[in-house]
Amino acid sequence: MPHAVRFREAVALAGRFPLLSGLSLEVAKGEVVHLRGANGAGKTSLLRTCAGLIPIAAGTAVVLGHDLCLDRQSLRREVGLLGHAGFSYEELSVEENLAFALRASRAEMGRADAALERLGLSGRVRKTPVGACSAGQRRRLALAVLVARAPRLWLLDEPHAGLDLEARAVVDEVVREAAASGGTVLLASHELERAAALCDRVVTIAGGRVIAPEPDEVLDPPIAALAGGEVGCDVA
Amino acid sequence: MWHDAVLVAGKDLRIEWRSRVGLNQVVPFALVVLLLFGLALGPDAGRLRAAAAGLFWVTVLLACLLSVQRSVAVETADAGRDGLRLSGLDAGGIFVGKSAALALQLLVLEVVLAVVAALLYATPLSGIGLLAATCVLATAGLAAVGTFYGAVAAGTRVRETLLPLLFFPVVAPVVLAATKAWSAALSHQGGGGLGWLGLLAIFSVAYVAIGTVAFGALLEDG
Repeated sequence: MPHAVRFREAVALAGRFPLLSGLSLEVAKGEVVHLRGANGAGKTSLLRTCAGLIPIAAGTAVVLGHDLCLDRQSLRREVGLLGHAGFSYEELSVEENLAFALRASRAEMGRADAALERLGLSGRVRKTPVGACSAGQRRRLALAVLVARAPRLWLLDEPHAGLDLEARAVVDEVVREAAASGGTVLLASHELERAAALCDRVVTIAGGRVIAPEPDEVLDPPIAALAGGEVGCDVA
Repeated sequence: MWHDAVLVAGKDLRIEWRSRVGLNQVVPFALVVLLLFGLALGPDAGRLRAAAAGLFWVTVLLACLLSVQRSVAVETADAGRDGLRLSGLDAGGIFVGKSAALALQLLVLEVVLAVVAALLYATPLSGIGLLAATCVLATAGLAAVGTFYGAVAAGTRVRETLLPLLFFPVVAPVVLAATKAWSAALSHQGGGGLGWLGLLAIFSVAYVAIGTVAFGALLEDG
Protein backbone atom coordinates (compact mmCIF):
# COMPACT_ATOMS: atom_id res chain seq x y z
CA MET A 1 0.00 0.00 0.00
CA PRO A 2 1.47 3.39 -0.92
CA HIS A 3 2.20 5.60 2.03
CA ALA A 4 1.59 9.31 2.32
CA VAL A 5 3.68 9.46 5.48
CA ARG A 6 6.42 7.10 6.58
CA PHE A 7 8.58 7.91 9.60
CA ARG A 8 11.19 5.48 10.91
CA GLU A 9 12.86 6.31 14.22
CA ALA A 10 12.63 9.97 13.29
CA VAL A 11 14.28 12.47 15.59
CA ALA A 12 13.62 16.19 15.41
CA LEU A 13 15.22 18.79 17.63
CA ALA A 14 14.73 22.40 18.62
CA GLY A 15 18.31 23.23 19.54
CA ARG A 16 19.16 20.38 21.89
CA PHE A 17 15.55 19.97 22.96
CA PRO A 18 13.90 16.85 21.49
CA LEU A 19 10.64 17.38 19.63
CA LEU A 20 10.39 13.89 18.15
CA SER A 21 12.30 11.09 19.88
CA GLY A 22 12.55 8.18 17.50
CA LEU A 23 9.01 8.40 16.17
CA SER A 24 7.85 5.70 13.77
CA LEU A 25 4.59 6.04 11.90
CA GLU A 26 3.08 4.96 8.62
CA VAL A 27 -0.01 6.54 7.14
CA ALA A 28 -1.51 5.20 3.94
CA LYS A 29 -2.68 7.51 1.20
CA GLY A 30 -6.32 8.41 1.70
CA GLU A 31 -6.25 7.57 5.38
CA VAL A 32 -7.63 9.88 8.08
CA VAL A 33 -5.61 9.53 11.26
CA HIS A 34 -6.40 11.00 14.64
CA LEU A 35 -3.31 12.03 16.60
CA ARG A 36 -3.96 12.10 20.30
CA GLY A 37 -1.81 12.77 23.29
CA ALA A 38 -1.30 15.10 26.21
CA ASN A 39 -0.14 18.68 25.81
CA GLY A 40 3.50 18.65 24.85
CA ALA A 41 3.40 15.05 23.65
CA GLY A 42 4.68 15.97 20.20
CA LYS A 43 1.54 16.18 18.06
CA THR A 44 2.18 19.70 16.82
CA SER A 45 5.84 18.91 16.24
CA LEU A 46 4.87 15.89 14.16
CA LEU A 47 2.50 17.95 12.04
CA ARG A 48 5.07 20.70 11.54
CA THR A 49 7.67 18.12 10.63
CA CYS A 50 5.30 16.60 8.09
CA ALA A 51 4.82 20.09 6.64
CA GLY A 52 8.55 20.43 6.16
CA LEU A 53 8.95 23.16 8.76
CA ILE A 54 11.11 21.15 11.17
CA PRO A 55 14.16 19.26 9.88
CA ILE A 56 14.87 15.64 10.71
CA ALA A 57 18.01 15.17 12.80
CA ALA A 58 18.11 11.37 12.65
CA GLY A 59 16.10 8.48 11.29
CA THR A 60 14.11 8.70 8.09
CA ALA A 61 10.97 10.56 7.12
CA VAL A 62 9.26 10.46 3.76
CA VAL A 63 6.14 12.52 3.10
CA LEU A 64 4.30 12.27 -0.22
CA GLY A 65 7.41 10.73 -1.70
CA HIS A 66 9.70 13.55 -0.55
CA ASP A 67 12.57 12.56 1.69
CA LEU A 68 12.54 15.19 4.43
CA CYS A 69 16.26 14.78 4.97
CA LEU A 70 16.92 15.85 1.38
CA ASP A 71 14.06 17.96 0.14
CA ARG A 72 11.53 19.86 2.22
CA GLN A 73 11.03 22.79 -0.12
CA SER A 74 9.20 21.02 -2.92
CA LEU A 75 6.97 19.18 -0.43
CA ARG A 76 5.46 22.35 0.98
CA ARG A 77 3.16 23.16 -1.90
CA GLU A 78 1.60 19.70 -1.60
CA VAL A 79 0.68 19.89 2.07
CA GLY A 80 -1.69 22.15 3.94
CA LEU A 81 -1.08 22.99 7.60
CA LEU A 82 -3.80 24.39 9.82
CA GLY A 83 -1.67 25.36 12.79
CA HIS A 84 -2.17 27.45 15.88
CA ALA A 85 -1.28 30.56 13.88
CA GLY A 86 -3.18 31.66 10.82
CA PHE A 87 -0.25 32.89 8.69
CA SER A 88 -2.29 35.99 7.89
CA TYR A 89 -1.55 39.72 7.76
CA GLU A 90 -3.69 41.98 9.92
CA GLU A 91 -3.69 44.94 7.56
CA LEU A 92 -4.90 42.93 4.58
CA SER A 93 -8.52 41.98 4.14
CA VAL A 94 -9.79 38.42 4.33
CA GLU A 95 -9.93 38.08 0.55
CA GLU A 96 -6.51 39.71 0.08
CA ASN A 97 -4.96 37.27 2.52
CA LEU A 98 -6.56 34.37 0.72
CA ALA A 99 -5.47 35.69 -2.67
CA PHE A 100 -1.88 36.15 -1.47
CA ALA A 101 -1.76 32.63 -0.02
CA LEU A 102 -3.09 31.11 -3.22
CA ARG A 103 -0.80 33.09 -5.52
CA ALA A 104 2.20 32.33 -3.32
CA SER A 105 1.51 28.61 -3.44
CA ARG A 106 0.69 28.72 -7.17
CA ALA A 107 -2.77 27.38 -6.45
CA GLU A 108 -5.81 28.00 -8.62
CA MET A 109 -7.63 31.22 -7.82
CA GLY A 110 -10.89 29.76 -9.11
CA ARG A 111 -11.77 28.10 -5.82
CA ALA A 112 -11.29 31.21 -3.68
CA ASP A 113 -14.86 32.49 -3.80
CA ALA A 114 -16.34 29.09 -3.08
CA ALA A 115 -13.97 28.59 -0.14
CA LEU A 116 -14.91 31.94 1.39
CA GLU A 117 -18.60 31.21 0.88
CA ARG A 118 -18.28 27.83 2.46
CA LEU A 119 -16.49 29.12 5.54
CA GLY A 120 -18.98 31.93 6.03
CA LEU A 121 -16.53 34.62 5.00
CA SER A 122 -18.40 36.04 2.03
CA GLY A 123 -20.29 39.34 2.09
CA ARG A 124 -18.88 42.17 4.14
CA VAL A 125 -16.46 39.98 6.04
CA ARG A 126 -14.35 39.30 2.96
CA LYS A 127 -13.45 42.99 2.71
CA THR A 128 -12.70 43.26 6.44
CA PRO A 129 -9.06 43.59 7.54
CA VAL A 130 -7.99 40.46 9.38
CA GLY A 131 -6.95 42.64 12.31
CA ALA A 132 -10.62 43.49 12.80
CA CYS A 133 -11.78 39.88 12.57
CA SER A 134 -12.58 37.66 15.53
CA ALA A 135 -10.35 34.73 16.41
CA GLY A 136 -12.97 32.39 14.99
CA GLN A 137 -13.08 34.28 11.69
CA ARG A 138 -9.29 34.13 11.46
CA ARG A 139 -9.48 30.39 12.02
CA ARG A 140 -12.09 30.14 9.29
CA LEU A 141 -9.80 32.07 6.96
CA ALA A 142 -6.92 29.69 7.63
CA LEU A 143 -9.21 26.79 6.82
CA ALA A 144 -10.52 28.56 3.71
CA VAL A 145 -6.96 28.78 2.41
CA LEU A 146 -6.62 25.01 2.75
CA VAL A 147 -10.01 24.36 1.18
CA ALA A 148 -9.09 26.54 -1.80
CA ARG A 149 -5.66 24.94 -2.13
CA ALA A 150 -6.95 21.37 -1.77
CA PRO A 151 -3.60 19.89 -0.68
CA ARG A 152 -2.78 16.21 -0.96
CA LEU A 153 -1.93 16.00 2.72
CA TRP A 154 -4.00 17.87 5.30
CA LEU A 155 -2.29 18.57 8.61
CA LEU A 156 -4.91 19.82 11.02
CA ASP A 157 -3.87 20.92 14.50
CA GLU A 158 -6.91 21.28 16.74
CA PRO A 159 -9.04 22.30 13.75
CA HIS A 160 -12.21 22.75 15.81
CA ALA A 161 -10.62 25.04 18.38
CA GLY A 162 -12.21 28.46 18.64
CA LEU A 163 -14.95 27.73 16.12
CA ASP A 164 -18.70 27.93 16.58
CA LEU A 165 -20.99 24.95 15.97
CA GLU A 166 -21.62 25.83 12.35
CA ALA A 167 -17.94 26.13 11.51
CA ARG A 168 -17.10 22.95 13.42
CA ALA A 169 -19.58 21.11 11.24
CA VAL A 170 -17.90 22.59 8.16
CA VAL A 171 -14.54 21.32 9.43
CA ASP A 172 -16.03 17.83 9.70
CA GLU A 173 -17.40 18.09 6.16
CA VAL A 174 -14.07 19.28 4.83
CA VAL A 175 -12.22 16.38 6.44
CA ARG A 176 -14.69 13.86 5.01
CA GLU A 177 -14.49 15.40 1.56
CA ALA A 178 -10.71 15.50 1.65
CA ALA A 179 -10.65 11.80 2.42
CA ALA A 180 -13.31 11.03 -0.19
CA SER A 181 -11.25 12.77 -2.86
CA GLY A 182 -8.17 10.73 -2.03
CA GLY A 183 -6.49 13.16 0.33
CA THR A 184 -4.71 12.09 3.48
CA VAL A 185 -5.51 13.74 6.78
CA LEU A 186 -3.57 13.89 10.05
CA LEU A 187 -5.80 15.45 12.67
CA ALA A 188 -4.51 16.34 16.12
CA SER A 189 -7.35 16.88 18.53
CA HIS A 190 -8.34 16.59 22.15
CA GLU A 191 -11.97 16.22 21.13
CA LEU A 192 -11.89 12.46 21.18
CA GLU A 193 -15.47 11.67 20.23
CA ARG A 194 -15.60 14.13 17.38
CA ALA A 195 -12.27 12.96 16.03
CA ALA A 196 -13.26 9.31 16.39
CA ALA A 197 -16.26 9.93 14.17
CA LEU A 198 -14.03 11.41 11.47
CA CYS A 199 -10.95 9.23 11.54
CA ASP A 200 -10.09 5.74 10.33
CA ARG A 201 -7.46 5.20 12.96
CA VAL A 202 -6.12 6.60 16.20
CA VAL A 203 -2.44 7.10 16.94
CA THR A 204 -1.36 8.02 20.44
CA ILE A 205 1.77 10.07 20.93
CA ALA A 206 3.72 10.63 24.12
CA GLY A 207 7.28 11.68 24.68
CA GLY A 208 7.74 12.48 21.00
CA ARG A 209 7.03 8.97 19.82
CA VAL A 210 4.08 6.82 18.92
CA ILE A 211 3.17 4.68 21.90
CA ALA A 212 0.06 2.90 20.70
CA PRO A 213 -0.29 2.39 16.99
CA GLU A 214 -2.98 -0.25 17.15
CA PRO A 215 -6.60 0.91 17.38
CA ASP A 216 -7.55 -1.56 20.08
CA GLU A 217 -4.79 -0.29 22.32
CA VAL A 218 -5.61 3.35 22.05
CA LEU A 219 -9.33 3.44 22.61
CA ASP A 220 -8.73 3.93 26.29
CA PRO A 221 -5.05 4.73 26.82
CA PRO A 222 -3.80 4.90 30.36
CA ILE A 223 -3.57 8.44 31.67
CA ALA A 224 -0.03 7.85 32.84
CA ALA A 225 1.06 6.97 29.32
CA LEU A 226 -0.55 10.08 27.89
CA ALA A 227 0.94 12.33 30.49
CA GLY A 228 4.41 10.86 30.45
CA GLY A 229 7.43 12.34 28.78
CA GLU A 230 6.37 15.72 27.52
CA VAL A 231 8.92 16.60 24.90
CA GLY A 232 7.08 18.40 22.15
CA CYS A 233 6.28 22.05 22.06
CA ASP A 234 3.16 23.71 20.80
CA VAL A 235 4.27 26.42 18.46
CA ALA A 236 2.61 28.15 15.54
CA MET B 1 11.99 34.24 -8.55
CA TRP B 2 10.78 37.52 -10.04
CA HIS B 3 7.14 36.49 -9.79
CA ASP B 4 7.63 35.76 -6.10
CA ALA B 5 9.55 39.01 -5.57
CA VAL B 6 6.78 41.09 -7.12
CA LEU B 7 4.17 39.24 -5.06
CA VAL B 8 6.01 39.80 -1.77
CA ALA B 9 6.86 43.42 -2.55
CA GLY B 10 3.25 44.13 -3.47
CA LYS B 11 2.08 42.55 -0.24
CA ASP B 12 4.51 44.54 1.91
CA LEU B 13 3.70 47.83 0.16
CA ARG B 14 -0.01 47.24 0.53
CA ILE B 15 0.44 46.53 4.22
CA GLU B 16 2.44 49.74 4.59
CA TRP B 17 -0.17 51.71 2.67
CA ARG B 18 -2.90 50.42 4.99
CA SER B 19 -0.99 50.76 8.27
CA ARG B 20 0.65 54.12 7.46
CA VAL B 21 3.45 53.26 9.89
CA GLY B 22 6.00 54.91 7.63
CA LEU B 23 3.96 58.06 7.16
CA ASN B 24 2.73 58.42 10.72
CA GLN B 25 5.75 57.20 12.66
CA VAL B 26 8.96 56.83 10.64
CA VAL B 27 8.75 60.14 8.78
CA PRO B 28 7.91 62.21 11.92
CA PHE B 29 10.68 60.41 13.80
CA ALA B 30 13.20 61.23 11.09
CA LEU B 31 12.10 64.86 10.97
CA VAL B 32 12.50 65.18 14.73
CA VAL B 33 16.00 63.69 14.50
CA LEU B 34 16.94 66.19 11.77
CA LEU B 35 15.61 69.01 13.92
CA LEU B 36 17.48 67.82 17.02
CA PHE B 37 20.74 67.59 15.08
CA GLY B 38 20.18 71.15 13.93
CA LEU B 39 19.51 72.34 17.47
CA ALA B 40 22.58 70.53 18.77
CA LEU B 41 24.86 72.19 16.21
CA GLY B 42 23.42 75.65 16.78
CA PRO B 43 22.59 78.47 14.34
CA ASP B 44 26.00 78.62 12.62
CA ALA B 45 25.00 78.20 8.94
CA GLY B 46 28.50 77.25 7.84
CA ARG B 47 28.73 74.47 10.38
CA LEU B 48 25.25 73.19 9.45
CA ARG B 49 26.09 73.14 5.75
CA ALA B 50 29.32 71.28 6.40
CA ALA B 51 27.52 68.66 8.45
CA ALA B 52 24.33 68.44 6.37
CA ALA B 53 25.29 65.37 4.35
CA GLY B 54 26.38 63.37 7.38
CA LEU B 55 23.35 64.37 9.43
CA PHE B 56 21.06 63.44 6.55
CA TRP B 57 22.51 59.94 6.18
CA VAL B 58 22.64 59.23 9.91
CA THR B 59 18.98 60.21 10.06
CA VAL B 60 18.22 57.91 7.12
CA LEU B 61 20.10 55.13 8.90
CA LEU B 62 18.06 55.51 12.10
CA ALA B 63 14.80 55.67 10.17
CA CYS B 64 15.87 52.64 8.15
CA LEU B 65 16.27 50.67 11.36
CA LEU B 66 12.66 51.42 12.28
CA SER B 67 11.48 50.39 8.83
CA VAL B 68 13.44 47.15 8.99
CA GLN B 69 11.98 46.34 12.39
CA ARG B 70 8.52 47.00 11.00
CA SER B 71 9.23 44.75 8.01
CA VAL B 72 10.29 41.97 10.40
CA ALA B 73 7.30 42.51 12.68
CA VAL B 74 4.91 42.06 9.77
CA GLU B 75 6.23 38.54 9.27
CA THR B 76 6.35 37.55 12.93
CA ALA B 77 2.90 38.77 14.03
CA ASP B 78 0.94 35.68 12.97
CA ALA B 79 3.79 33.36 12.06
CA GLY B 80 3.86 34.90 8.59
CA ARG B 81 7.42 33.69 8.25
CA ASP B 82 6.21 30.09 8.50
CA GLY B 83 3.44 30.99 6.10
CA LEU B 84 6.00 32.17 3.56
CA ARG B 85 8.01 28.98 4.00
CA LEU B 86 4.92 26.79 3.67
CA SER B 87 3.81 28.58 0.52
CA GLY B 88 6.86 27.30 -1.31
CA LEU B 89 7.89 30.80 -2.40
CA ASP B 90 11.43 31.08 -3.67
CA ALA B 91 13.58 32.36 -0.80
CA GLY B 92 15.56 34.63 -3.13
CA GLY B 93 12.29 36.06 -4.38
CA ILE B 94 11.16 36.75 -0.82
CA PHE B 95 14.44 38.54 -0.11
CA VAL B 96 14.31 40.64 -3.26
CA GLY B 97 10.64 41.44 -2.72
CA LYS B 98 11.03 42.52 0.88
CA SER B 99 14.18 44.49 0.07
CA ALA B 100 12.50 46.26 -2.84
CA ALA B 101 9.48 47.24 -0.75
CA LEU B 102 11.74 48.54 1.98
CA ALA B 103 13.92 50.43 -0.51
CA LEU B 104 10.90 52.11 -2.08
CA GLN B 105 9.68 53.31 1.31
CA LEU B 106 13.15 54.61 2.15
CA LEU B 107 13.46 56.48 -1.14
CA VAL B 108 10.21 58.32 -0.47
CA LEU B 109 11.46 59.13 3.01
CA GLU B 110 14.76 60.41 1.62
CA VAL B 111 13.02 62.79 -0.76
CA VAL B 112 11.07 64.31 2.12
CA LEU B 113 14.14 64.45 4.36
CA ALA B 114 16.31 66.00 1.64
CA VAL B 115 13.89 68.88 1.17
CA VAL B 116 13.54 69.46 4.91
CA ALA B 117 17.30 69.17 5.48
CA ALA B 118 17.95 71.71 2.73
CA LEU B 119 15.64 74.15 4.49
CA LEU B 120 16.75 73.42 8.06
CA TYR B 121 20.46 73.45 7.34
CA ALA B 122 20.33 76.25 4.74
CA THR B 123 21.94 73.93 2.19
CA PRO B 124 20.86 74.30 -1.46
CA LEU B 125 20.52 70.90 -3.16
CA SER B 126 23.12 71.03 -5.92
CA GLY B 127 24.36 68.17 -8.09
CA ILE B 128 20.93 66.58 -8.18
CA GLY B 129 22.08 63.74 -10.44
CA LEU B 130 24.79 62.65 -8.03
CA LEU B 131 22.48 63.07 -5.05
CA ALA B 132 19.82 60.92 -6.68
CA ALA B 133 22.27 58.23 -7.80
CA THR B 134 23.72 58.10 -4.31
CA CYS B 135 20.27 57.72 -2.80
CA VAL B 136 19.37 54.87 -5.14
CA LEU B 137 22.57 52.90 -4.56
CA ALA B 138 22.84 53.56 -0.82
CA THR B 139 19.18 52.73 -0.31
CA ALA B 140 19.58 49.46 -2.19
CA GLY B 141 22.45 48.57 0.12
CA LEU B 142 20.64 49.62 3.29
CA ALA B 143 17.50 47.72 2.30
CA ALA B 144 19.41 44.56 1.37
CA VAL B 145 21.45 44.55 4.58
CA GLY B 146 18.41 45.43 6.65
CA THR B 147 16.33 42.63 5.18
CA PHE B 148 19.20 40.18 5.57
CA TYR B 149 19.98 40.95 9.21
CA GLY B 150 16.29 41.45 9.96
CA ALA B 151 15.83 37.79 9.09
CA VAL B 152 18.84 36.85 11.23
CA ALA B 153 17.46 38.76 14.22
CA ALA B 154 13.89 37.55 13.65
CA GLY B 155 14.94 34.04 14.57
CA THR B 156 15.94 35.16 18.06
CA ARG B 157 14.01 36.27 21.11
CA VAL B 158 16.04 39.48 21.38
CA ARG B 159 15.52 40.77 17.85
CA GLU B 160 14.76 44.38 18.82
CA THR B 161 18.11 44.84 20.52
CA LEU B 162 20.14 42.48 18.36
CA LEU B 163 19.20 44.04 15.04
CA PRO B 164 20.95 47.41 15.59
CA LEU B 165 24.07 45.62 16.80
CA LEU B 166 24.20 43.59 13.59
CA PHE B 167 22.95 46.29 11.23
CA PHE B 168 24.90 49.42 12.12
CA PRO B 169 28.46 48.08 11.83
CA VAL B 170 27.76 46.42 8.49
CA VAL B 171 26.22 49.51 6.90
CA ALA B 172 28.90 51.87 8.19
CA PRO B 173 30.62 51.84 4.77
CA VAL B 174 27.33 52.77 3.12
CA VAL B 175 26.81 55.75 5.41
CA LEU B 176 30.41 56.84 4.93
CA ALA B 177 30.34 56.54 1.14
CA ALA B 178 26.92 58.16 0.83
CA THR B 179 27.99 61.04 3.05
CA LYS B 180 31.16 61.62 1.02
CA ALA B 181 29.26 61.49 -2.27
CA TRP B 182 26.60 63.89 -0.99
CA SER B 183 29.23 66.25 0.42
CA ALA B 184 30.91 66.34 -2.96
CA ALA B 185 27.63 67.06 -4.72
CA LEU B 186 26.57 69.76 -2.26
CA SER B 187 29.95 71.49 -2.53
CA HIS B 188 29.78 71.45 -6.37
CA GLN B 189 32.59 68.91 -6.66
CA GLY B 190 30.59 66.14 -8.27
CA GLY B 191 33.64 64.44 -9.75
CA GLY B 192 34.93 63.69 -6.27
CA GLY B 193 31.81 61.71 -5.49
CA LEU B 194 32.04 59.26 -8.34
CA GLY B 195 34.53 57.00 -6.56
CA TRP B 196 32.24 56.80 -3.56
CA LEU B 197 29.36 56.04 -5.89
CA GLY B 198 31.35 53.10 -7.22
CA LEU B 199 31.90 51.81 -3.70
CA LEU B 200 28.17 52.06 -3.02
CA ALA B 201 27.42 50.14 -6.21
CA ILE B 202 29.82 47.34 -5.28
CA PHE B 203 28.44 47.12 -1.75
CA SER B 204 24.84 47.07 -2.91
CA VAL B 205 25.36 44.48 -5.62
CA ALA B 206 27.31 42.30 -3.20
CA TYR B 207 24.66 42.38 -0.49
CA VAL B 208 21.77 41.86 -2.89
CA ALA B 209 23.62 38.84 -4.28
CA ILE B 210 24.50 37.46 -0.83
CA GLY B 211 20.96 37.95 0.42
CA THR B 212 19.39 36.35 -2.62
CA VAL B 213 21.55 33.26 -2.25
CA ALA B 214 21.60 32.95 1.55
CA PHE B 215 18.11 34.04 2.52
CA GLY B 216 16.70 30.52 2.23
CA ALA B 217 19.09 29.23 4.87
CA LEU B 218 18.21 32.16 7.12
CA LEU B 219 14.50 31.44 6.83
CA GLU B 220 15.03 27.77 7.62
CA ASP B 221 17.24 28.47 10.61
CA GLY B 222 14.89 31.00 12.16
